Amino acid sequence: MSEKVLMKGNEALAAAAVRAGCRFYFGYPITPQTELAAYMSKKMPKIGGTFLQAESELAAINMVYGASSAGARAMTSSSSPGISLKGEGVSYMAGADLPGVIINVERGGPGLGSIQPSQQDYWQATRALGHGDFRMIVYAPSTVQEMADYVYLAFDKADEYRMPVMLLADGLLGQMMEPVVLPPEKKNLPDKPWATDGHKGKRSHNIINSLCLQADELERMLIERYKRYDRIEATEQQSEGFMLDDAEYVIVAFGASARIARSAVVQARAEGIKAGLLRPITLWPFPNDAIKQTIEHAKAYLSVEMNMGQMIDDIRLAVNGQRPVDFYGRSGGMIPTPEGTLDALKALVQKVGE
Amino acid sequence: MGKNIDVILSGFGGQGLLFAGKIIAQAGLIEGRHLSWLPSYGPEMRGGTANCSVRLQDDPIGSPLITTPNVLIAMNQPSIDKFIDSVVPGGLVLVDSTLVPRIPERDDVTIIPVPSTELAEKHGFKKLSNVILTGKLFAETHFCEKEHLQEALVRCVPAKHADMLEPNKTALAVGMEL
Repeated sequence: MSEKVLMKGNEALAAAAVRAGCRFYFGYPITPQTELAAYMSKKMPKIGGTFLQAESELAAINMVYGASSAGARAMTSSSSPGISLKGEGVSYMAGADLPGVIINVERGGPGLGSIQPSQQDYWQATRALGHGDFRMIVYAPSTVQEMADYVYLAFDKADEYRMPVMLLADGLLGQMMEPVVLPPEKKNLPDKPWATDGHKGKRSHNIINSLCLQADELERMLIERYKRYDRIEATEQQSEGFMLDDAEYVIVAFGASARIARSAVVQARAEGIKAGLLRPITLWPFPNDAIKQTIEHAKAYLSVEMNMGQMIDDIRLAVNGQRPVDFYGRSGGMIPTPEGTLDALKALVQKVGE
Repeated sequence: MGKNIDVILSGFGGQGLLFAGKIIAQAGLIEGRHLSWLPSYGPEMRGGTANCSVRLQDDPIGSPLITTPNVLIAMNQPSIDKFIDSVVPGGLVLVDSTLVPRIPERDDVTIIPVPSTELAEKHGFKKLSNVILTGKLFAETHFCEKEHLQEALVRCVPAKHADMLEPNKTALAVGMEL
């Protein structure tokens, strides 16, 4: 095991991606994720990898498409406005069953918005980053250590299911430094018999393509792909509970918001409120099973987000009308405080009644 | 004050606030404690103050953003004006009094003016007011073991600036003895 070091979240993402076997990085600079690209620009030339600052986000995501088609582990990163631009390419990757890792270090939107942290891209990440019937696995790390751990896992899952995987972070997690133990250099990457790499005529041609003009054939492909998505929903849900076992008031929060919510839960418990935190680590598949396990002892739920209320939709779907679900958030780049979260929790306790 | 500290370091860009914050964080890392370091990266960097939040504690850290510090290190006038009211009662305020002409009054916090820029210049290194103040922070709080802070400084000076290591060590010692 390597030693504990101090690193920014953005740097930990880059360092762990390299250790996961990523040798192709394509990007275009944008605050607050630029340290990631800066790390790659220094590291890749030294290890025989490729760092390329593309002419645009569209070019970058299509370079990921190309490198991935040839069987390489490839990645791109950006922040919210840049991710919108990559949406088309990600849809093409999904249609062509291509693995790849996309990192979004979110900032305030819509439009150019602010450069401060936000979680306003939850819907975009979990619903429709691009057009068409498709899904991405979405990981939401909450510490610098998890930035490293989940980008590392993301490459494996992308290859396992042959699909794009997103890591959804934000400016706070990207810019902060914490102690981190980097994962080991990955050996023996999986074989990719489907890749369009050189084979000197030893096998028939592989084809990577998202165009399928026969409607019945396209539908057949989609049905097959959705069987894979079903398998992911059944086996890949990840979440963490904190003081959850007897919680009457369950805060649901992910990423940076979950850190703040955790402080609020500790404070609420000290004041005699049976609060707990359920932290989704996968946003898709959403941890429905973990939510459902809490319904029996929960009186109400509070979604805490750095947006105007997006994940609350998924909590409501999981709770399915059996309990009230309320919302507390800050948006535009503002960061919720433990005190504000606690006040919102107390208001919910009052509303629901003892 | 205990060893748990919530520090805001604030001043102009270029005064080495982020660096001083890294030394404090690195000392926490050496001691295996929970810590976070968060720089301001917003539009305020283009105006009055750049700042950095460093938390050091024994329990896991919630928000890395500090809104009510128990230590403020202020290296210019806009910084002290902006943050003085946010310091918790009983807190500590270290001010570079060479650069801050007007120090506001508060009787429920300990305000210590340190002529750190002047001291740095007197010792022949212009830019180490930040490290002198870090030494003074140690002298006032003992937030970590002395040798861990010294080791942290060594780790934070990059190899390409190895010639700056001795001046940094001297500056830290000057601050510790104030």
